[in-house]
Amino acid sequence: MIEVESVGKRYRLGSGVRSDTLRDALMKRIRRTAAPRPESSDSFWALRGISFAVASGEVVGVVGRNGAGKSTLLKLLSRITSPTEGRIRLGGRVASLLEVGTGFHPELSGRENIFMNGSILGMTRREIQACFDSIVDFAEVERFLDTPIKRYSSGMYMRLAFAVAAHLEPEILLVDEVLAVGDAEFQKKCLGRMAGVARSGRTVLFVSHNLAAIQQVTTRCLVLEKGELAGDGPTQDVLANYLGSGARSSVVQDLATDLPDFHIHSVRFREEDRAPGFNKPLEFEVSLSLQRAFRSVSFGLGLHNSLGARIVTSRAIVDRLDEGKTTLSFRISDHHLPPGEYALSLSISRDTQKIFYAENVLPFSLSDLGVNDPLLQAYLVHLRDQIGAFIPARWEKRES
Amino acid sequence: MAETTEARLPAWTVIEPESGLSLQWLRDVWAHRELLGFFAWRDVSVRYKQSLLGVLWALLTPLITVAIFTLIFGHVAGIDTGGVPYPVFCYVGLLPWLFFAQSVQRATGSMVSERNLLTKVYFPRLILPIGATLAPLVDLAIASSMFAAMMAWCRLIPNTHAIYLVPLCLAWAWFVAVGVGALLSALNVYFRDVGQMIPFLIQVWMYASPVVYPVILVPEPLRWIHSLNPLVGIIVWLRFALISRPVPPGVSTWGSLTVSLALVVVGIVCFARMERSFADVV
Repeated sequence: MIEVESVGKRYRLGSGVRSDTLRDALMKRIRRTAAPRPESSDSFWALRGISFAVASGEVVGVVGRNGAGKSTLLKLLSRITSPTEGRIRLGGRVASLLEVGTGFHPELSGRENIFMNGSILGMTRREIQACFDSIVDFAEVERFLDTPIKRYSSGMYMRLAFAVAAHLEPEILLVDEVLAVGDAEFQKKCLGRMAGVARSGRTVLFVSHNLAAIQQVTTRCLVLEKGELAGDGPTQDVLANYLGSGARSSVVQDLATDLPDFHIHSVRFREEDRAPGFNKPLEFEVSLSLQRAFRSVSFGLGLHNSLGARIVTSRAIVDRLDEGKTTLSFRISDHHLPPGEYALSLSISRDTQKIFYAENVLPFSLSDLGVNDPLLQAYLVHLRDQIGAFIPARWEKRES
Repeated sequence: MAETTEARLPAWTVIEPESGLSLQWLRDVWAHRELLGFFAWRDVSVRYKQSLLGVLWALLTPLITVAIFTLIFGHVAGIDTGGVPYPVFCYVGLLPWLFFAQSVQRATGSMVSERNLLTKVYFPRLILPIGATLAPLVDLAIASSMFAAMMAWCRLIPNTHAIYLVPLCLAWAWFVAVGVGALLSALNVYFRDVGQMIPFLIQVWMYASPVVYPVILVPEPLRWIHSLNPLVGIIVWLRFALISRPVPPGVSTWGSLTVSLALVVVGIVCFARMERSFADVV
């Protein structure tokens, strides 16, 4: 029920995105007539040549790295912004869970906000009335219906917001990363709701970084890469390809150190085995080019989770480094890190002298494909960034 | 829940680049009229919810304004109103004027203050400035009841034409407010200067309108130019209906009407053209 035909969206870059004041706009006009610039230099295509069709009842995931155009695609489909070229046809009402609680006003009571929010999301007054009790039940806010929501706890606020969104009956549901916010319970409700919508023959488009969730809910998957459609097919195949396409190795090059004769050529992350899985050894390659030999150089590797907290610290001492180019490979096995987004911090020192230190040198991601343990799977979906290292506990019964 | 959607045939929506004003666009606005009501209702209830004097403000604003104007223009400047007590004379002009000024002011800020909505959900954007012109209608109603009391106290009786002229004039004022509000709100998305300009614009526009003075003070050969201000037509006819001041010769009602219509058309056409990129710019 979604047909997208060679759609493209161009944004103006830099100051051209908006001219806040009339003076800026006038100045730009004048400058442009004085020295006309080629159009390409101050605009870029966030999406270009996108074509696909989604039948009703299909649940389709959309993956891609940051800036690949996922959000732009959703904004186009939800009509928040219009395409620069191409054509989109939508069969039926569209609702987007881009952000729950849109249009909530703190001064209004819970009851009033249900009507306001429902109306903004596209429900008629009659529809809201029909499911009003159900919304209130779902949100568990009966006693506070006539309290202004500025006095609600954040949990109540979220529940109410989601309750309204959950009662939309659109033919097409767009979901963007809502699972990244809220507590585990809330995320479970989101996933459950999406599955329910799909079962009733409606179309769902689900954008997420959370590959485990995508795998769990969707049957088909689109991959966006630099604004273009790079893949479209059954979720399993597409994700395997997507991960194989270099997502696993990230690299950073040419880092200056405190010593002029110690140069870091590159730092590279390699997830050892292409086959996905949990707790595979990590491998970091550090390429150095040295003007002289060094002795007893200590390398400290720190792994930070996506919230920036350092969760693993690892250290190795290299007794001798010769002059010239050297590549060192550091392996961290048994790290017990669950899938997710991480960053490496690197420190290099000799005795007490610091040679190099930087946090967040290299971002990398551990995939969640092929994590078969159902217990762990649930954790991954609901408790990203909150688990730290995941180590199954052994237990036994003691006679007392 | 499922029953509420029974047999709704999915309508195809086509999204294409830059469509601007079209029949479908207008139909879309009409389809969202309920949301318009919700916005207006929200504005009204939020405004009175946390203010101590609440509804009283709707009375105090015109009353204090009339008191000041009476002191300055009635007593100090001694403007001749042709026998009508100055406060009553002035109040007739203030009724449409305050409504118009408030509507335009609120409409202009409506897009920017709701940027959260603009970037998160779709609805015809024109709903926002139009909605902003609806809440001041409540103030207008309250101020009007005050005026009725004032008339009764001064033992003044409106013309029989008032029955249709008053609603027509007020609808006219609302119409112009929608056009101007739509235009300025769209411009304000791109240039925040517009918001800065509003207080001056409002002030200049007020003195260009016969709120504190009668049109007779304008030299007759210039009155047709003066009439190009829609508020001139509105106020002149309101004064005729409510306090039986004859429409001065030389005032061109058609001029006022034509400019009003032009403002509305230009406002909405410009709005429709700029609307598509609001979310990218705001």
